[in-house]
Amino acid sequence: MNVFRFILQNHDQVLELTLEHLRLVGFSTLFAMLVGIPLGIVIAHRPGFSKPVLACANIIQTIPSLALFGFLLAVPWLGERADRLAILALTLYALLPIIRSTYTGIRGVDPAVVEAGRGMGLTESQLLFQVELPLAVSVILSGVRVAVVISVGLATIAAAIGAGGLGELIFRGLAMVDDRVILAGAIPAAILALVADFSVGRLERCLLPR
Amino acid sequence: MQPTTASPVIEFRDVSYRVSGTQVLSGFNLQVQSGETLVLLGRSGSGKTTSLKLVNRLLSPTSGEIRVKGVSNREGDVIRLRRSIGYVIQDVGLFPHFTVERNISLVPRIEGWPGDRVRARVQELLQTVGLAPDTALRYPYQLSGGQRQRVGVARALAANPEILLMDEPFGALDPLTRDELQHEFLLLQQRLHKTVVFVTHDLREALRLGSRIALMEAGRLVTVLPPLEFLRSGDPLAAAYVRAFGGSLESAANRGTS
Repeated sequence: MNVFRFILQNHDQVLELTLEHLRLVGFSTLFAMLVGIPLGIVIAHRPGFSKPVLACANIIQTIPSLALFGFLLAVPWLGERADRLAILALTLYALLPIIRSTYTGIRGVDPAVVEAGRGMGLTESQLLFQVELPLAVSVILSGVRVAVVISVGLATIAAAIGAGGLGELIFRGLAMVDDRVILAGAIPAAILALVADFSVGRLERCLLPR
Repeated sequence: MQPTTASPVIEFRDVSYRVSGTQVLSGFNLQVQSGETLVLLGRSGSGKTTSLKLVNRLLSPTSGEIRVKGVSNREGDVIRLRRSIGYVIQDVGLFPHFTVERNISLVPRIEGWPGDRVRARVQELLQTVGLAPDTALRYPYQLSGGQRQRVGVARALAANPEILLMDEPFGALDPLTRDELQHEFLLLQQRLHKTVVFVTHDLREALRLGSRIALMEAGRLVTVLPPLEFLRSGDPLAAAYVRAFGGSLESAANRGTS
């Protein structure tokens, strides 16, 4: 197969771009979790905020990725470095699945369990960390999984603004009308998505109670 | 009728509770004496559960006050208050991700009891509620409904509270298991002499377990009577209850052994 010969011949570059790709996805998912999980917890406890917050996250999701990259390019500090910008854009896209799954997970905890805990005299933070989060963890991680897989795909587009990653091969291949080059970017990206999905799945099993 | 010399452990003083335009409780006055089992009897929506939740401040009254051990329960720390009151609900609400042992020992652990004391307490409680010692390592989903409710009671007793609030604890159980647990509750109460407020809509259960029965209807207290007097009461609502449950209730009535 031509493609695999091409990848083998250029393995240094493919590996480097894969690592770059991983970095974009990793940081953006991390930031999205740092923002999205607390936000999801807040709106699960204050249902009044849930509609506006979820609506905002929804709207972000509907912005075409290429357009979002373009908009952010105009922002001073961000525009200086394409990878910063790409990480921010990917973070914004990862927010919706993470916020929503956190919200759903926490709301899904049996109310009797929460009431019993509160009635026994658990403080709100004990209730959150000992009861609600452990019981919601698998739902939350299912959202993280979705976010990671989406990010791996979206990050290929980040190459359009020069943020690197496997998208570079795809765009180069498109320009050269060379399928081998396109596939040398697309195949590792697909594998990356599968591996990421599998890893979060494993993480889920480790964190799952019982 | 009721000795008023001893100060009540729980006292409702002219309590009203209103939520989104609905008057759930109005002009509610009630005293619960030390060591008695006061049963709140009434149909769904009569305000029984609300009254219970007002005691451990899961709800706050619109007006009036609730005094626990002589002090308004609004004073002081709500967490302390709740930890000093055992709470058992119909759905049990065991933590599904904790073993029975951790379920029972959660409050003692949070309170910083040493590990060996916690373990000893768990074993003691399992015995108290009639569960085998090896139940400690099992998870709630591995237990039957009756066993789960026993764990619920053990958990409520864990930090040795003086007061127990029980909200239809045996309501979801099959008749045989319910009968068994009612019987064990009576034995337990003879030993422990907790101050219990017990919510039910089952007159038979009320007669069997209660030292006094407080009949509620539409957010008001209708009457408070010991079981045998309840049966002979001239109050129309009490009489309606007795009729609805049919004969042979006399034999069920708690004749006040304590």
